[in-house]
Order: sequence, then structure tokens, then C-alpha cells
Amino acid sequence: MLILNNIPALLVAIPLLASAVVSVLPSARIAWGVAFVTTLCCLYMAFELTEIVSASLTLSYAFGGWEPPWGIAFVVDGANVHLVLLVAFISVIATVYALTTLKHEIAVEDLPKAYAVWLLAIASLFGLSMTGDAFNLFVFLEISALSSITLIALGAGQDRRALLAAYNYLIIGAIGATFYVIGVGYLYAATGTLNLLDIIERLNEIGTNQAAVTGLAFMLAGIMVKAGVFPVHIWLPAAYSFAPSAVSSLLSAIATKVAIYYLARLLFGIFIDTTHLIDLFLLFVLMPVSVIAIFYGTIAAIFQIDIKRLFALSSIAQIGYITFAFSINTHSGISAGFIHLINHALIKGALFMAVGIFAIGIGQRATMNSLRGVGRQMPITFTGFVIAGLALIGVPLTAGFISKLYLFKAIFETGNGIYVAVIAVSSALSVLYLWKIFEVMWLQEPLQPLKIEKEPVLACVSLWLLVFTIIIFGIYSAGVSSYGMNAANALIGVR
Amino acid sequence: MGNLQLVLAISLFTPLITGLAVLLFNNRKNMRDICGPIGGIITFGSAIAIAMAIIDGQTISINLWQIVPGIGLSFNVTALGALFGIVASGLWILASIYSVGYMRGSKAKNQTRFNFYYAVAIHAAMAISYSGNLLMLFIFYEVLTFSTYPLVTHGQTKDAKDAGRLYMGILVATSLLLFLPALLWVWIISGTLDFTKGGIIPIDFSPSLLPFLLAMFAFGIGKAALMPIHRWLPAAMVAPTPVSALLHAVAVVKAGVFSFLTIVVYIFGIDFLLESGAAVWLVWLTAFTILTSSIIAITKDDLKARLAYSTISQLSYILLGAALATQAAIEGAALHIIMHATAKITLFFCAGAIYVNAHIKKISELDGLGPKMPLVFIAFFVASLSIIGIPPLGGSWSKFMLMVGSVDAGIPIMLLVLGISSLLNIYYLLEPCTRAFFKPSLKEIHVDNHILTIFPPVITATLSLLLFFAVDWVRLLTTLMVIP
Repeated sequence: MLILNNIPALLVAIPLLASAVVSVLPSARIAWGVAFVTTLCCLYMAFELTEIVSASLTLSYAFGGWEPPWGIAFVVDGANVHLVLLVAFISVIATVYALTTLKHEIAVEDLPKAYAVWLLAIASLFGLSMTGDAFNLFVFLEISALSSITLIALGAGQDRRALLAAYNYLIIGAIGATFYVIGVGYLYAATGTLNLLDIIERLNEIGTNQAAVTGLAFMLAGIMVKAGVFPVHIWLPAAYSFAPSAVSSLLSAIATKVAIYYLARLLFGIFIDTTHLIDLFLLFVLMPVSVIAIFYGTIAAIFQIDIKRLFALSSIAQIGYITFAFSINTHSGISAGFIHLINHALIKGALFMAVGIFAIGIGQRATMNSLRGVGRQMPITFTGFVIAGLALIGVPLTAGFISKLYLFKAIFETGNGIYVAVIAVSSALSVLYLWKIFEVMWLQEPLQPLKIEKEPVLACVSLWLLVFTIIIFGIYSAGVSSYGMNAANALIGVR
Repeated sequence: MGNLQLVLAISLFTPLITGLAVLLFNNRKNMRDICGPIGGIITFGSAIAIAMAIIDGQTISINLWQIVPGIGLSFNVTALGALFGIVASGLWILASIYSVGYMRGSKAKNQTRFNFYYAVAIHAAMAISYSGNLLMLFIFYEVLTFSTYPLVTHGQTKDAKDAGRLYMGILVATSLLLFLPALLWVWIISGTLDFTKGGIIPIDFSPSLLPFLLAMFAFGIGKAALMPIHRWLPAAMVAPTPVSALLHAVAVVKAGVFSFLTIVVYIFGIDFLLESGAAVWLVWLTAFTILTSSIIAITKDDLKARLAYSTISQLSYILLGAALATQAAIEGAALHIIMHATAKITLFFCAGAIYVNAHIKKISELDGLGPKMPLVFIAFFVASLSIIGIPPLGGSWSKFMLMVGSVDAGIPIMLLVLGISSLLNIYYLLEPCTRAFFKPSLKEIHVDNHILTIFPPVITATLSLLLFFAVDWVRLLTTLMVIP
């Protein structure tokens, strides 16, 4: 019972402690073992957490027995319980993937430290997805940023440009974090509290307030940087394309998703009284920006020849879909956004994993030229890659289709035909870049005879775990769609 | 699982298993090439059994679980689906025999890959015919597109790749831009996508939006080759002739018109569509397509290109029937699926036979070839008559029903359109025969004799003739579609 009662705290504490332990371990293999067991424990606890939260709607966990609003509280409700599960699930799979891939990409003596930072990043993501305290969130934001930057910079062993990418992320991330903390300051000045639930109550009492609105604006801006929302996404393509492939799949799958979740919480969970301000923001800022992101990301991806960068650009478009769904500002819009949040995490994680395996197989960066004919040589990875690619387009029987379905549902309810065109045209465009890769890898002949290394078994296993999840979510959507519903219920009330 | 469900599963999976068997026998040519006909016979047998059960009034369905509320993974045979299943599987038997002769005769490369994708395409066609709802139909519609791409580009030349790109581009773009949103729209307004006689669109659906929804389907189903999205079909003619024959006379294009007809009958409901008048614009567009593509066909000297434009014109007959939405017109459209399929596959078989045996592609070079390949040209002649619509050949029935339907619908001017179209057919389809038989040959032509390419067209031509007399059997199915 001690464990069950303290799951929210343990989800952060265990990886944090493990990280400290791992950093002093002598061998990479033992370090990986500890990291793996840690993530496995987290997954178990995340499962337990879903049981608890589905029984009682909201779980509020007070640290050290200090009740909020004085102490720091973790809040787990319908909006983030499955996010925690997602973070835990992806962490396990990415850790499995890291065992056979990371050693190709960074120096062996750096591996234990890499796993230490890896666990630190995972701990901060758990913290971000559960904390109910605005300032505590800032702390996790910083831990997450610093650990991600370190992980990205580890890619420098393969390509020195990783250092520049990490440095850019450091600067832009710091600006974002500064914005966020300024916002928290304003909000604290206006309400005298840092606990999000408490902020809501105070704002209900005092009504609209310039300081609070300014604070929220700063907070939103800061979070949007972390979430990779256009046009403050500029750190993202380079960061994902030069990081080691395990890091790319971990970060692309969950790091931005956690920030997007928090963005939704800020947008829909706080300013209940002054909603029309948020409405204006959604309609005149977030929606146009999302549409631009969708087209920019998709079109830029079509002309990209570096595959990792291509998928990083496609991530910008996909994040655009999620924020677009939020900006519709209806119950079904919000649930569509959360559904795509989960599905896209799985899909993009799988794609980055597959590209990583290809790159290891051919022993160089994966580009449109170096991948010619590789699909036929690495059929297991390639099949998984194609399925994940189809899911990205939104082909039926994959998770991506479920996302598109609920997105369309939300759009049709608004009755606006232009939105339909936006989604339909952009998904048709996304076929182009995936078809291009498919054609290169399957139908074209390699420029020179290929020397392909064997597909690393564990990496393939983790890729296929994600691919199976994508298929299962595609043919049986009840779970993920009820998460979407619950999230929307938790944020804007039951409809 | 009941017996009928088992039969349904057999008819769905046999083509797939055939494809795998082809891969397995990669190194044993004869074993590999016998797989197609055997698979065809099994599939055809089960398709017949399914059709008999449907005529008996039984329902045959396999329902797995629901993907989202209202959309399940399900197969459910409709009367129209049973008909299309027979057409696709029956002609597959002959086409697979023919393709052995053709591919060996023309010494094509990668025959295993060819046979594999061929079988997958048939699997998709069978799954399209027996789909239980629009989403399943859509999924296999896409499978059909993707599995035929390697067939279209089989030659691996630059022309083939360009054609393949156009083929994929048009079919995938239209389906993703229009077909998929349209089906989601239907799901949102009616909460289901199951094929139901009488349609599923709610009565209170805005009449001003109905033509729009219909247009999304008509243009979204690019395989139906309605103008202006017909360009992919002539482009796809770069494929080896067995592909053109089976896929671009039967499986692919017929899957397109079949999908549209299914949508009209089982999603919109013909009475609903007729009363709403939402399809009147489509009647005129199909009439335009019928005449324009016939005129283009006249200008083509390449035999396969001419047949391709003739196909576009004939497909619009079926779309016309669907758009008229009277009982006779719908029946005519359904009959035309089978009548045109048998006749057009004959014509393509003949075109391929002429190419493999005499190495001629152009109509202007056919002079004097008739006496050297009499069977082929007689088959060509018979099939042409069927397409023109002259009794006693199958095509006359469907044309007759379409004419009745257009009068019923109060648009008798369509009689004129169909009449002119027949005249144009006479002009461009009979020219090859008259040249072959009545013009003296200018140069000596060496003619091979690959028997496997010659007897399939003779059989299909005979079928066109038999169908004239067997039309009552076919109508057992088609009447089930229209009678409430």
C-alpha cells in the first residue's frame, strides 16, 4: 500500500534516484540494466495509476503531507492519466531500443552517463505530466530542457552539427523558460498562489485581471516554445535530426507531447471566467498558426532529402494537427487533439526508430540517396516503417486513421468546409513525402553495392512493439477514444 | 462459423493464398503458373455458391469487432457484390491462363512478382465486392491501387514509371481528397457506414448539400474514370496486356463503378436520390464523358489506347445508370458491369494476342491480318458487337435497360446520347476487323501461334453470346438490388 499511495511521487523519484546511481556505474551494460528495470517499474506504476484514477476521478497528491495550496501537489485526472502511461510505455520501449543502437552512435565510455541523463529526462517528463503547481512545473521544465540538450549533444560523436543544434535548443529553450517564469510571476502577483487548482478558484473570485491575463500570455508563449508550435519550433528540426536515434524517438514521441498537454491545460483549464479571451486567442492566433504549421511542415518535408530532418519537419505539421484540433474549441475538438497526441507519439516514435535502424544498417546518415534499395535488404524494419508511415498519412486500420476520423468529426460539427479542405489536402500532401521514401527504398537500385549490417534484434523488437500498438489502436479504438473524451471532460466539463 | 461464412472466407483468402503460393514456387515455372487458374477456379466456385445463397434470400456476413462506433470490420454480401464477385473471379481464371501465354510469349522478366501482385489485386477486388461497409470498401479500394502500381510499372522503363506516377497520383489524390472525407461525412451524419438497402443518409439531410456529397463520391472514386479524372486510364495502358485486360477492363475500373453504384444503391438509396434530383448534373456529365471519349477513341491509332478510351465511355454508361437512379437504369448499370467486362476483356485479350503473335500495336498496320489469325479477329468482332449493343449479344440487354431507365427518369434525350454512342462504337470498334479481313496486306507479317493467348478470347467472346440468353439468371441478382 505504501507504493500504491505514493505512485505520483515515486514515478519521479525512482528514475531520479536511479539516474544518480547509473552515473557512477562502471559498465554500460549494467547501467542499461538499471535504466531498463527503472522504466519497467515506472510502467507498472503508471498502470496502477490508471486503475486508481479511473476509480476516483481526480487524484491529488500532496508532497510530504503539506496540503495544497501550501505544499506542492501532483494532480492526476482524466486529462493526464494516460499521458503518464504513454510516457512510461515509450520510455520502456525507447530504452530497449537504446541498448543496441546507442553504442553505435556514441562513445562507449560515455554510455553510463548517457543513461543517467536519459533517466533524468524521463523523470522530468513524468514530473511535467503530473505536477499541479505552476512553479514546480518550471523546475521540471528546466530539468527536462537541460537533460534533452545533453542527450542531443551526444549526437556530436556522429555529426558535429549536433552541438549547434543543442546550443540552439539551449538558447531558445531558455528564452521560453524565461517567458514561462515571468508569466508565473504575474499570476502569482495577481492571485497569491502557485497551485493551478487554487489559481482557478482565486481567479473565479477576483474576475478578469490584467496581471493574470498578461501572466497567462507569457506562460502560453513559454510553453509553446517547448511544445514545438509554429513559429517557435525553430529549435526542433535540427535537434531531432542530429540527436542519436534513440533520443530522437524518445523526445519526438513524448517530450513535445507533455508540453502540448500542459498547453491544453493552460488554455482550457484556468480562465473559466474570461473564456472569450481564450476564444479569441484560439481563433485568431492558434488556428492560423496551426494551419500554417500543417502546410509548412508537410511541404518542407516533401523537399527534404535527409530522412530524420524530414520526419522532424513532419512532426511540426503533426503538432499543428493537434493544436488545430484544440483551436476548434469544442469538446470533440479537444478530444480529437488528445487522441492524436497519443497516436502521433506512437507513430513518430516508431518512424524515428526505423530510420535509426536503417542508418546503422548502412553505416551513414539516412538520406534519399543513401537509402536506395535498402528496403529490400532490411525487410523487417522496412515493413514496420511502412506501416508507421501509412499511419502517419491516416490510412484506415492504423491509429492515424482514428485520429483523422475524430478530427474530421470535430470539424464537421463546426460546419466549416474550409477546415475539411485543410486536413484533406494536407494529408494528401503527406502521401508525397512518404511515397518518395518508399519509392527510393523499395523500387530504386542502390548507387553502389550495399554493405548492410544485420538488423539489430532488440531494436526491431521495440520498433515492432510500437507498430503493433499502432495497428491495435487502429482496429480497436475504444481505449484511446475514451481517453480523448475523458481528457476533454476533465478540462472543460462533461458534455 | 456457418458454412456460408466459410465459403465467404474461402473466396476472400484464396487469391491471397494463391499469391503466396506463387512466391513459394518462384523457381518452378510450371507449378507457379498453374497456381493462378487453380486459385481462380476455387474463388469462382465459392463466388457462385455465395450468389446462389443470396438469390435464396440468405444473408452472408462476417462481423468482427467495431473499429469506432458504427464502423465495424465486416464483410456482408450484397446482391450487387455477389454479381461483381462472380465477374472478377470468373474472368480471373481466363486472364491467368492468358497471362501465362502472354508473359511467356513476350519473354517478360520478373514473372513471379507479376503473378504475385496480380493475385493480390484480385484479392482486393473480391474484398471490395463483399465489403460490409463503406470503410472496408475504401480500404480495399486503396489496396487495389497500391497492388496494381507494380503491375503498371512492370516494364521498368521511364515511360512506365511516369505512367505509374500519374496513375498513383490521380487515384490516391482523389481518394484521399474526396472519397475519404465524403465517407467520414456520411459517418458523421448517419452514425453508420453499413450497406443498407434503401440507403442510410438521414431524410433531413440538407437537399442543397446532397449534390455536393454525391460529387465528392463521383470524383473521389477516380477508378470510375469520370471526366475530367480519366487521364490515368490511358496512361496505365503501358502495362503488359494481361494487366490492361483484367485490371483495366475488369477489376480496377469495374471496382470503381461498382463502388459508385454500391454507394448510390446502399448508401444514398435510389428512391431517395431520384426524389431529391441531386444526381441530374451527373447525368449530363456522364453523357458528356460518353460522347467525348468515344470521339477521342476514334482519333487513336494505338489499339490499346483506343480500347482505353472506349472503356472510359462505357464506364460512364454505368455511372449514367446510377445517376438516373430509376429501377431499370440501376439494373441496366449492374448488367452492364458484367456485359461490358466480358466483352472488353475479350477485346484486350485480342489486342494482346495480336501483339504477342504478330508484334503489331497500331490499327493502321492490321491490314490483311484477319485470315492469319481468324479466331482472334472473330472474337474481336463478336465482342465489338456486344459493346455496340446488337442482339443476340449480352451488351444489348444492358443498353436496352439503360434506355428504358432514361425514359422512366424523364430524360429521354439520353436515348439520343446512347444512340450516337452506338454509332461511334461501330465506327471505332469495327475498323480493326474490317482492315484485317478486307484490306490486302502490304507486307509479309510473321505470325506466331501461342495457343494460350488465343483460346481465352474465344471463350470470353462465347460468354458474351451466352449471356444474351442467360440474362434471366443474372437478373435474379440485379432485381434483388432494386426491389424493396
